Amino acid sequence: MSCSTVVLWPAQGYKTAFMGLLSDPNRRRALISTLTRLNAPICVICYMAGVAWFMGLAFDPFTLRTYMSENAMGSTMVEERFPAGERAMATGREFAAHKKKADGMPVDWLVKTMQSRGLEVFTQTFTRQLPFPDENKERYLVKGTNVYGILRAPRAPRTEALVLSAPCSPGNNNNQAVGLLLGLAQYFRSQVYWAKDIIFLVNDHDLIGMQAWLEGYHHTNTTGMDYSPLQGRGGSIQAALSLELSSDVITSLDLVLEGLNGQLPNLDLANLFYAFCQKIGVLCTIQGKLQRNDWDTASGYSHAVQTMMLMVLKQASGRPWGDHGLFLRYHIEAATITGVNSFRQYKTDATTVGRLFEGMFRKLNNLLERLHQSYFFYLMPSLSRFVSIGYYMPAFGLLALILLLRALDLWVQLVSPPPREEDDIEQPSSPGVLSVLTPLVISHLTGAALYTLPIHSQEMAVEHFPVSETEAVVLTVIAIYTAGLALPHNTNRLLTGQGTEQGWKVLKLVAVLYLAVLLGCTALINFSLGFILAVTLVPMAAYITPHVPKALSAFIMIALSPACTLLFCVFFFQELQETPVSFMEGWMLFLSVISQGILDNCLYGSLVYPLVSLMVYPCWLLFWNILFWK
Amino acid sequence: MCVCVRHWAGLANILLPRSVQGFCTMKLLSLLCLFSVYLVVWSNNIETKAGQFFSSGHTNNWAVLVCTSRFWFNYRHVANTLSVYRSVKRLGIPDSHIVLMLADDMACNHRNPKPATVFSHKNMELNVYGDDVEVDYRGYEVTVENFLRVLTGRMPPSTPRSKRLLSDDRSNILIYLTGHGGNGFLKFQDSEEISNVELADAFEQMWQKRRYNELLFIIDTCQGASMYERFYSPNLMALASSQVGEDSLSHQPDLAIGVHLMDRYTFYLLEFLEDIHPASTANMNDLFKVCPKSQCVSTPGHRTDLFLRDPGSVLITDFFGSVRKVELTTETINLTITEEPVKERPMHGDLQKERQSYIDQLPVSEIIHQQQSRVKCKHVLAAVRKGHHEIQQNGVAMGRNCVSHSLRTQWMLCVRMTFSKRMSITFSLLKPVFFQPIKVTPNSICAIEA
Repeated sequence: MSCSTVVLWPAQGYKTAFMGLLSDPNRRRALISTLTRLNAPICVICYMAGVAWFMGLAFDPFTLRTYMSENAMGSTMVEERFPAGERAMATGREFAAHKKKADGMPVDWLVKTMQSRGLEVFTQTFTRQLPFPDENKERYLVKGTNVYGILRAPRAPRTEALVLSAPCSPGNNNNQAVGLLLGLAQYFRSQVYWAKDIIFLVNDHDLIGMQAWLEGYHHTNTTGMDYSPLQGRGGSIQAALSLELSSDVITSLDLVLEGLNGQLPNLDLANLFYAFCQKIGVLCTIQGKLQRNDWDTASGYSHAVQTMMLMVLKQASGRPWGDHGLFLRYHIEAATITGVNSFRQYKTDATTVGRLFEGMFRKLNNLLERLHQSYFFYLMPSLSRFVSIGYYMPAFGLLALILLLRALDLWVQLVSPPPREEDDIEQPSSPGVLSVLTPLVISHLTGAALYTLPIHSQEMAVEHFPVSETEAVVLTVIAIYTAGLALPHNTNRLLTGQGTEQGWKVLKLVAVLYLAVLLGCTALINFSLGFILAVTLVPMAAYITPHVPKALSAFIMIALSPACTLLFCVFFFQELQETPVSFMEGWMLFLSVISQGILDNCLYGSLVYPLVSLMVYPCWLLFWNILFWK
Repeated sequence: MCVCVRHWAGLANILLPRSVQGFCTMKLLSLLCLFSVYLVVWSNNIETKAGQFFSSGHTNNWAVLVCTSRFWFNYRHVANTLSVYRSVKRLGIPDSHIVLMLADDMACNHRNPKPATVFSHKNMELNVYGDDVEVDYRGYEVTVENFLRVLTGRMPPSTPRSKRLLSDDRSNILIYLTGHGGNGFLKFQDSEEISNVELADAFEQMWQKRRYNELLFIIDTCQGASMYERFYSPNLMALASSQVGEDSLSHQPDLAIGVHLMDRYTFYLLEFLEDIHPASTANMNDLFKVCPKSQCVSTPGHRTDLFLRDPGSVLITDFFGSVRKVELTTETINLTITEEPVKERPMHGDLQKERQSYIDQLPVSEIIHQQQSRVKCKHVLAAVRKGHHEIQQNGVAMGRNCVSHSLRTQWMLCVRMTFSKRMSITFSLLKPVFFQPIKVTPNSICAIEA
C-alpha cells in the first residue's frame, strides 16, 4: 500500500507540512498518515487544551480591561443633578397602595400621574393564554395592561427614542422602581437637552407584557399574542434600561445582560454602567458578584471563574434574565439594572440611583447611531474585565477540531480499508444509503416527537395519569426522551439484516460531521451553549464505536447526554449561586427548568428547546445507535 | 548695506547680456549713490520705526477658519474655530474678509443645554458664539473641494462674494484648521480627507496665482505637524498643535454642557490672543511660545524656513488683525524721500495691447531648501527692494503692484542664476524671462494691471 511506504519518512513530511502541503501528494499522504496514527493522542491533547483555554479565560492577565469605545458617549463627563429621590420613594409607596387597591396594575392612577408629569400617556392591553400553566409564576391565562408615557424631545425631530422600563410585579416587588421611574420622568421633563424621545414604560406581567409592548411597537407578531395596537410611539428605539428596585435604599446594583437566546447587548452599555458606578461611587456587580483585585490568588481566580461560569450558564439557557432580554431581538441595546439590598453597612439612597440613571440617559442621549463600536460577543469574568469572541473561540475551536480529526480518520479508514480476505471485498464497498439514512430519519422523528408531543398530548396525559398539566408536559418529555434510547438501535438490524463494519463507520462519519456543523453553528450564535454541548458531546462522539464495552459506554453516554448535562448544569448553577440544593430539590428544579424552557419557546421564541430536541438529541441518538451496532 | 548693493551690481554684471549691461550698470551706479544717501537718512531712529511700520508689505488681511468635524461630541472643534474667529474679528478683520467654515451647528444642537451659545471656557465664562457670527460655509458645505476652491479662487461664477477669498498679492492670509487628523491628513466630516500634499499644492497654486503676500497656517489636530511638512511655496509660516506621532488633546471639560469645550492648543492660543490689541508689538516668536508642552501635553511645532522675514519682526497683528498703516503721532517724522504721487498713466494703445504672460514657475522648493542660497538671496532681495526707490529717483513712477511684480521676477531670476548647478543651460532658458522686466516698462505693467 502506498500508505506504508510513506510512513517511512513521516518526520520529513511533518516538518514540511506547512509548505506545499496540498500540492505535493507525497507530503499530503504523509501528513494524513501522521494524523491517523497519532489521532487519539492529538484528540486528547486538543480536548485538554480546549478546556484549559476556556478555564484560562477567567485568568486576569488573559482578559482585557473594559473601555468605552463609543466616541459619542465619550466619558462620564456630565453633571448629575437629580434631586428628588425621597419624593420618588413616596410616589413608589403611593403606587404600592394603588396597586394593592386595584389588585394589579393601577392603570388609571398611573395614567393620571404620568400625565401630571407632562408626558404623553398611552395604554396597551394584552391577553395571552399559555400552552400549559406556569407553576413558577402561577399563571395560565394572562391579561394585563401596559402603561407608558412619552417625553418628547423638546428641540429634536422625533426619530429616535430611549426606553426606561420598570415592571409592575405582584406583591411588594418593584414598587420603588416604578416610583423612581416616575421621579425621573418628572425631572427629565424639565430638561431641554433631550435629542431623543424618552419612553417611560411600566409593563405588566413582566416579560409577557414586554413582549406585547415590543411587538405592538414594531408591528410584529411572532408568538401569536393578542394585544391592542399602540396609540402613541416615539422614534426607533436606540437603547433601553430596565429597572428593578424593591427597597428604598440599596447596597449595590447588579447588571443583568443575558437576553433571549443568549444575545448580549453591546459591551459599551455595560461599560457605561460601570463607568457611572465608578463615578458616583455605587457598588456594582455582575452575576451578583463584585470584582476582586486579588487575581493572583487561588480564591481570586476561582471568584472570576465562578462569575464567568454563571454568565456562561445563564447565556446557555437562552432565556431572558431580565425584562430587557426581549429588546435585544429588535437590535435594541438593553440591560436590566437591579437594586440589591444586602446586609452591607454602606447604603445608597434613591437619589444616587436616580443620578446614575440620569447620567446614563444623558450619555445615551448623545448617541448618534446605535451602539455598535464595542463587542456584541463577550464573556465577563468581572464587571471591569471582558473576554472577546476572538479569545474564547479558540477554546471551542480546539474541541471542534477533535471532531474533524475523527472524521478524517474515519474517512481514511473507509477509503483504504485494512487488508483482509479477498472473498468479502464486494460487501464493504457499498454499505448502502439505507443503513445510514434509516437511523438518521428515525432519530430525527424521535426528536420531532420530543418537540411536538408534550404540549399536544398534555390533555391526554392529564386524563390518564393523576398529574397536573405542567407535570404532564415535563413527564412526557422525559418519557419520549427515554423511549428514544430504546428505539433506534434495533432498527438497523430489522431493515438491513446484519450491520457491517463499513456501515457504522459511514454512519459515524456522518454523525461526527453533523455534530461538528451543529456545534459550530450553535457556538457562533450562543457560544456558551455550544461550548457546554461540545464539552460533553465531543469526547463521547470521538470515543464511541460498537467495539467498546457496552454497559460502561452506555452509562457514560447517558451521563453525557443533553438531559443529564442539563441536570448537572442545574446543580452547578445552584452551587455557583451559593444556594446548594439536595438531589430531590435539584430534580424538581430540573423539571421546572424543562417546563420553563418549553414555555420560553412558546412565549418568546427561545430557540434552545427546539435546538436540543430537533437537532442535538437526534445527533446524540446516532451515536447511541453506533454503540449498539450489530 | 554697501556690500549688498555691490553684490547686486555684480550680479547684474553676471546676469545681464552685454547689450543691456552697459546701460544698466550705468544706471545702477547712479542709483547706488542716491540709495546710499537715502540709507544714511533712514538709519535715524524714529524713521527706523516708521520703516518697520511699512515692513510687512501687505495691504489687506484675510482669514480662512475651518472646523471640519460634525457631531455634538466634537463641540470643541467648533469652539476652537469660533474662538479664532472672535480674535481676528476683534482685531479688525471684517466679516467680508473672513471665510468661516463650520461643519456643524453646535449652538442649535438639540443636546446643547444652553441653546444659542458656544462656550470656550468652563462655567460659561466666555461665549465665543457672540452676537453676530457670519458662517460662510456650514454643515455639508464644508468639504475638501469647497475648501480648496476657496483657497485657489476657482469658484463658480455664481458664488457670492462672501464665500470667496478675494485676496491679492498684497494680502496676508491666516488659515486656521481644526478637526480630526492623522499623519499627513485631516478628516473632513467623516467622509473625506485632505492630505498634506494636496494642501501644499493648493498653497503653491495660490502663490502662482498671486493670491497672497504672506500666509500663516495654523492647524490644531492630532499629528498636526505632518500637515505642513510638505509645504514648498514661499512666504509660508506654519504652526501646529502637535508633532507627528502625537495626539492633540482636549481641554475644559464642562459637566453642565457635558463635553470638552476646547482643545488645549487653541485654548491657550485664545488666551494669548485675548491679550493682543491692535497696537501690540508681540511678534511671531511670542506666538511660537504659546502652549508649551507642560500645558499642551503635545508638542506644538512651527515652520519658518519658507518665510523670508525674521519671525521676530513679524507682528501678530500682521495676520490676526487688519491693522492699517496709519498711526497718529505727535512727533514729526522727517522722511527725506517722499512718495511721489503716481503720475498719470500713459494710455498708449500699443502698450496696452501688448500681451503679457506669467513667467515659468521656478523650482522654488529646491532652491528654498538650500540654506546658503536663501541667505544670499535675501541680500539680493533687499537690494532689489531698495532699487525700487532708485527707480523712483529716476523719475519712473510705479504703483506698488508693479514693483512687486518686477521685484519678484528679478528675485527669482537671481535665485536661479546664482545657484543653479547647470548655469549655462538655465541661463539660456532664462533669457526670455530675464528680458521681461527690462522690456516691459513699469508703466506698461501698471496699465495692464489697472
